[in-house]
Amino acid sequence: MLSHLPILQVILPLLAAPSCLILGRPALAWGFSFATSAAAMLISMLLLQQVWLEGPISYFLGGWEAPWGIEYRIDLLNAFLLLIVSSLSTVVLAGTRQSVAAEVEANRQTLFYVSWLLCLAGLLGILATGDAFNVFVFLEVSSLSTYTLISLGRDRKALWASYQYLIVGTIGATFILIGIGLMYMMTGTLNMQDLAQRLPVVADTRTVFAAYAFVIVGVCLKLALFPLHLWLPNAYAYAPSAVTAFLAATATKVAVYLLIRFSFTVFGADFSAMDIPLHQLFIALGLIAVFSASLVAILQIDIKRAIAYSSVAQIGYMIIGLGLGTAAGLQATLLHLFNHALMKGALFMSLAAVALRMGSTRLDDLAGLSQRMPLTAMAFVLGGLSLIGVPLTVGFISKWYLVIATLEMGMWPVAALILVGSLLAVMYIWRVVEVMYFRDPPASTQVSEAPVSVLLPLWLLVIANIYFGIDTALPVSVTADAAQALLGWGK
Amino acid sequence: MLVATAIGIAVNRDLLSVVMLSSIYGLLSANFFVTMDAVDVAFTEAAVGAGISPLLMFTTMAIVGRYEKLPHRWSLSALVLVSITGALLLVATMDMPAFGAPDAPAQQHVAPRYIEQSGQEVGIPNIVTSVLATYRGFDTFGEVTVIFTAGVGVLSLLMIGDRATKPLSSHLLKASQHKILRIVSKVLIAPILLFALYVQFHGDYGPGGGFQAGVIFAAAIIVYTMLFGLDSARQVIDQGWVRVMAAVGVLLYGAVGVVSMVNGGNFLDYDVLAKDPIHGQHYGIIVIELGVGITVAAVMVLIYFSFAGRLVDRGHQDD
Amino acid sequence: MTDMLLTHYNYWVVMVLMMIGFYIVIAQGNLVKKLVGLNIFQTSVFILYISAGKVSGGSAPILDDAISVYSNPLPHVLILTAIVVGIATTALGLALIIRLREAYGSAEEKDIQEQNQC
Repeated sequence: MLSHLPILQVILPLLAAPSCLILGRPALAWGFSFATSAAAMLISMLLLQQVWLEGPISYFLGGWEAPWGIEYRIDLLNAFLLLIVSSLSTVVLAGTRQSVAAEVEANRQTLFYVSWLLCLAGLLGILATGDAFNVFVFLEVSSLSTYTLISLGRDRKALWASYQYLIVGTIGATFILIGIGLMYMMTGTLNMQDLAQRLPVVADTRTVFAAYAFVIVGVCLKLALFPLHLWLPNAYAYAPSAVTAFLAATATKVAVYLLIRFSFTVFGADFSAMDIPLHQLFIALGLIAVFSASLVAILQIDIKRAIAYSSVAQIGYMIIGLGLGTAAGLQATLLHLFNHALMKGALFMSLAAVALRMGSTRLDDLAGLSQRMPLTAMAFVLGGLSLIGVPLTVGFISKWYLVIATLEMGMWPVAALILVGSLLAVMYIWRVVEVMYFRDPPASTQVSEAPVSVLLPLWLLVIANIYFGIDTALPVSVTADAAQALLGWGK
Repeated sequence: MLVATAIGIAVNRDLLSVVMLSSIYGLLSANFFVTMDAVDVAFTEAAVGAGISPLLMFTTMAIVGRYEKLPHRWSLSALVLVSITGALLLVATMDMPAFGAPDAPAQQHVAPRYIEQSGQEVGIPNIVTSVLATYRGFDTFGEVTVIFTAGVGVLSLLMIGDRATKPLSSHLLKASQHKILRIVSKVLIAPILLFALYVQFHGDYGPGGGFQAGVIFAAAIIVYTMLFGLDSARQVIDQGWVRVMAAVGVLLYGAVGVVSMVNGGNFLDYDVLAKDPIHGQHYGIIVIELGVGITVAAVMVLIYFSFAGRLVDRGHQDD
Repeated sequence: MTDMLLTHYNYWVVMVLMMIGFYIVIAQGNLVKKLVGLNIFQTSVFILYISAGKVSGGSAPILDDAISVYSNPLPHVLILTAIVVGIATTALGLALIIRLREAYGSAEEKDIQEQNQC
């Protein structure tokens, strides 16, 4: 059975989704989804351990060897991401049952969980596959279910956000499809390993250059890289709170993964560095993203929206690391993938708890929250500290590695700008802290602390933020090896 | 022709003619696919581009209104963006292998095996079906999942029972007043259903397969709905049951994969389903195509019911 | 150049269609029309793939003893999948438009954005 782990990782949630639809009742659906997600997490742990000890695993679907059939290929990079996605899905599901019950209409809740499972299956499918076209198929599974999940938000603006995302997302997916088609025309294959071997022969044709451009732009649309980010703040702000926590912690990570996979594995580091100053472009766009999005975040009156803008800024940091093109830079990006999932998970889950009790996440409504919901407020603060990059949190580790990587390249102005960017994060987190801790709660309202079933998973994430900020052995060693492997491949 | 139709769509403000044109566009591209030897694709594009997609758009239009409100203004930034993308594609064509060249890389590496070996390895004449159902069977599994996902999404958006629907039949969707139409259509439904079954099981030999069959099957039910009104169609076909069928199709496909795993093969390896690989492949393909057909038919019916349900509700509101 | 015209005209048609479709998606204000544009955009990509699979003198990839040259079946398979994905997206998009119209009383981008401002 162990040899089937790569495919079980994806088909477990995928087959659970239709079963969940047949089950029907929302309470059952929640338990079923949670159990499925937890099982997927277990599988991803086993996979990571297996890859760590024995190296990459190949699995031929239908028994047809690649490149004729579709191959699942698990290496350190995607095993690491599979673990991030499945574990965050599990923790968020655990802590948001009440939140979903409060925000999604009763007769739609089963469909909500079905879509959640489909989204999870889609994201895991994108990560596990070693076939370029298969990426497109599972990208659409995750995208369509994401549009559904976003549209279930209470505000009518959720519908508009979902429609906007549908248009942008489909354009992005179609661009990726064009890119894959052009690659196929030049090489005759769709398998990523095979492409990596065959592309260098035709690397200097304009067709391959265009293929790369289409794929990168398509992925950047899904990634919400500045200036293609406009869909993200709306989508995150108006989606149900649980969905925001899930998407913020996983979906953009998967897009970053695709960017890394196509840039380093398929086209190879040499190609990506070649024709255009893509690396400088990435660094520049990353920096602009950090500054513009952080500034906008400071101006928001809705905290959920502010933290959504902060996601755009954080994606900027990841792209800077990628743009450096060195092993250290890549490692910083991969570390930040993991760390950002932890902090955004904690922040959005604490906001879900606030929305559950207060019915709002507007800044003005949070006055004196520390007295009414002390544990939730504290969780938000610790998540925020991690976002800023205070020592003893995971955020510090991310920044540390990123700054070291830039200094290694002699880019001290970039390093300085990264540190200034962190100060902006201080500003938008401080605004919330000030309102929550130093203002009196309105006398009329009676609000109690969030229920234990919400607090437990939330604090699990908060503690993870601190634990992995102190004991960094696991993520650091995994990402170091993954980054080495990625750069070794191209040569 | 294609280009002319597309331009027509771009400049026209009457949505009805836009959708008509887009349906013509669908047919034209289906024609084009036939000349390119892609008969399966042509079949599907005809069913989708000239069938389902305009049907859904007409229904939507009946709800949201026929005319565009605002006159179109040329948008400079959009033109620039589009030109850049177009230029990029133009650059891409510069180094492309010539159209139709048999020695192009796309024709060389992976594809020859399908053409030369699928006869022995899979044992059915339609190579497209071989590749679709076994070599790249997992893509098709993903495709069924996408359809299922869309069904779940539409259901959640346009859930029936959102508002109290009055048990009234709507004049908007009912063609039963037309005697000739009713008789002709009545006569047509049975052959359509038969044809769907034929397409379902003939996919091994000629163009066709689960997706096309599912669409045709759904078309029969949609004709019935148009004829006798949504309410009576809902009486004959229980919605909960359609939901379950949509899920069953996906599960059936997945079950084939799981059975292959239990029999000692990889996921979706049909070789191990019977004593010799050829029979195994055959069984596998029949069952997964059935799964595709069931899910597609069920989701199409579900989507149409949801759309038409909104239309009927709206009709009541206006009364 | 005339050589290029003869051997690549299919791809250029694709390019023109793609540009028209893409333009409709981003520049038009009516939500239904945006989706029609998206369909044109996607169909142009289908044509790109299918053109890439055509072999001169080949015939449809259904095995027959009388035929020796077949067109490439792989792009056909990929595009079958892509067409299905396309219609799934369209259906979901239209359902969203119906809900938007119910919530905002309009299916024009401008109206909806104005209402979102206040």
